[in-house]
Amino acid sequence: MSASTVAVLEAPEEPAGEPVPRRIVARDSLQDRVFAHGVRSVAFVVFLIVGSIGLFLGLQSRPTLQHYGFHFFIESRWLPSQDVVGIKAVLVGTLEVATVALLMAFPLAFLTALFITDWAPAWMRPALIRIVDLMAAVPSIVFGLWVLFYVQPHAAEVAHWLSKHAGWLPFFRVHTDVDYPIWNQSPGYASYAGSAFIAAIAVALMIFPMATSVMREVFGEAPAGEKEAAIALGATRWAMVRTVVIPFGRSGVVGGTMLALGRALGETISVLLIINQAFEVKVRVLESGTATISALIATDYAEATPAQLSALLTCGFVLFLMTLLVNTLAARIVRRSRSGSGTEL
Amino acid sequence: MSATADPRPAAALPADQLPAAARPADQRPADQLPADPRRATRSHTREDVLTAVGAAAAALATAWLLYEEVFGFSGTIGFVVFAYVAFMAFYAGLTALTRPWAVVVDRLVTTLVVAAPTLIGLALAAMVLTTAAKGLSALVHPNFYTSDMSGVRPTDPYTQGGILHAIVGTLIEVAISVSISLPLGVTTAVYMSEIGGRGARAVRTMVEAMTALPSIVAGLFIYSVMIIRFHMQPSGLAASLALSVMGLPIMARAADVVLRVVPGGLREASYALGAGRWQTVWRVVLPTARPGLATALILGIARMVGETSPLLLTSGASNFLNTNPTHDAMSSLPLYVFTAIKSGEPTFETRGYAAATVLLVLVLILFLLARLVAKQRSAR
Repeated sequence: MSASTVAVLEAPEEPAGEPVPRRIVARDSLQDRVFAHGVRSVAFVVFLIVGSIGLFLGLQSRPTLQHYGFHFFIESRWLPSQDVVGIKAVLVGTLEVATVALLMAFPLAFLTALFITDWAPAWMRPALIRIVDLMAAVPSIVFGLWVLFYVQPHAAEVAHWLSKHAGWLPFFRVHTDVDYPIWNQSPGYASYAGSAFIAAIAVALMIFPMATSVMREVFGEAPAGEKEAAIALGATRWAMVRTVVIPFGRSGVVGGTMLALGRALGETISVLLIINQAFEVKVRVLESGTATISALIATDYAEATPAQLSALLTCGFVLFLMTLLVNTLAARIVRRSRSGSGTEL
Repeated sequence: MSATADPRPAAALPADQLPAAARPADQRPADQLPADPRRATRSHTREDVLTAVGAAAAALATAWLLYEEVFGFSGTIGFVVFAYVAFMAFYAGLTALTRPWAVVVDRLVTTLVVAAPTLIGLALAAMVLTTAAKGLSALVHPNFYTSDMSGVRPTDPYTQGGILHAIVGTLIEVAISVSISLPLGVTTAVYMSEIGGRGARAVRTMVEAMTALPSIVAGLFIYSVMIIRFHMQPSGLAASLALSVMGLPIMARAADVVLRVVPGGLREASYALGAGRWQTVWRVVLPTARPGLATALILGIARMVGETSPLLLTSGASNFLNTNPTHDAMSSLPLYVFTAIKSGEPTFETRGYAAATVLLVLVLILFLLARLVAKQRSAR
């Protein structure tokens, strides 16, 4: 076939004397060269496009960083009209929402992944995996909508109870009169609605499927022989899981959690729907009012002057650097020999 | 375990009910012995089930008795949590009467492991049902699917206006961004996994890094480059570009993962038969990876369909049908839902819920399509 790789075998010139190893010259056919160069140039273009985003964000944030200097990171107010702009409050808010979301999503995802691999009957397993995948495709705005109208009233009750009985803990404190009867609070428990805690519920629902599917995959790869050996030695199911499945899947648990954290940091629309925006550094996650980087970008881009746009782009750049760090770590941890090049047929 | 499982003394049992090993040695030759009755193997004994049922009944009774009357709590969530904790306590106590500590721990963990997916399942079901129920009064009118919102006030009855413009907008925007990001993504993946080399590693590092790009930052990038710098008006095309920027790394990475699990032996067999690189990729690797590739890509598309934040910055909001992506604002389903909910107008909010239901159905259709394509693997 003319298209195939042509191997030119050059015969040794002297038939007698020392045997000379033949030189094998492999030359790609025209078709293959066109293919390789075409694919390479497309990939190069993609590399440029994708890389230019990071570069652009970095370049655009230079004027802001030059103008405000280090104050950009320690100022918590966001008052572009008075030339007072700082990222501290939104940075803390972003981390708070993501952390609380992770605290809620992690145990649920961990237990659900274990249920799918080791507790559920075999007939139920594919259906459960499919439901988790489907949940990953649910638009985040739908989660935000549901939490805003149906979960918030109940969550506010829980927040009220927590602040009343555990208010001595700094992150459960709410600056309001907790003994005030809750039916007397203004509609929707004004001091408890729109808090980082309630936004985190929506984010937790959104990152749950991602964390679950990564963990489920590594738990499912635990060696069956060792599991059966544990059972044969008289282990209960939990003892088997504790000694075989969880140690085997530890990297997947950490990696999946960090991938989910990366998603949680960048989540915009459900947070934007729920929170009352307030630029204030506080650890009181149950109290109304917080701010995240992504929500700030979504609310402020429209009226932004070029200088403010640069400030927003700097925020975006900081957010991107955080998700990049988290994702890179996660990818490094979760990386396993996925390559099929060594697979036997 | 089994020794403590049955508290009754073994001697109390008639000899023929004893386990074979415990039976007094029979002097008859082996072929004259009565055959052992066939024992049914199952993972639950009657005692296991009764313990669980008893603990549940006790927990409900305790919660009913103590929750409001004695402790003075109120609220549904509190009741469920209280009853659940009581159940765990009773279950552990009942089990500890007859079983060793390891079994008690196992059962406590089992209650947790079963509770987590149940909670998520209930939340998911409640979410879908409440969204559909709240949008139902708008969903039942056929004009909701066939007309747009031009000239319709938010307070108008549901027999006027609809979301045709948002559905068409979503379809156009997603179609454009898929036709940009899918070929580029798959070609990049082919380069990363089939050509290889140092360049491929650099591209893979960059692509993996960029999957971390938050969607709002992708939107902000297109907004500040296309709309502010190049004075493009907010339009469907700008929104499609933002979605492509977000989707390209996701598509490339998903396709790369699928291509890498194609067995190397297939490639080697192809080369051994004299095929070139192009022929190997086109005739062997891509057809082998087709179902997986389709699934990964359709799931990527489903994520694009539901993405709101880049559209918020780039597409502009409109309430009329616009099929020209290069001119004028173009609405889309997620954006319509967002504006409807933010409006605070009850009838408009209901329309928002109805649009969210349509969005869910759209994602479900894409998902079923992905399953259908993936199933062909087993059919072949």
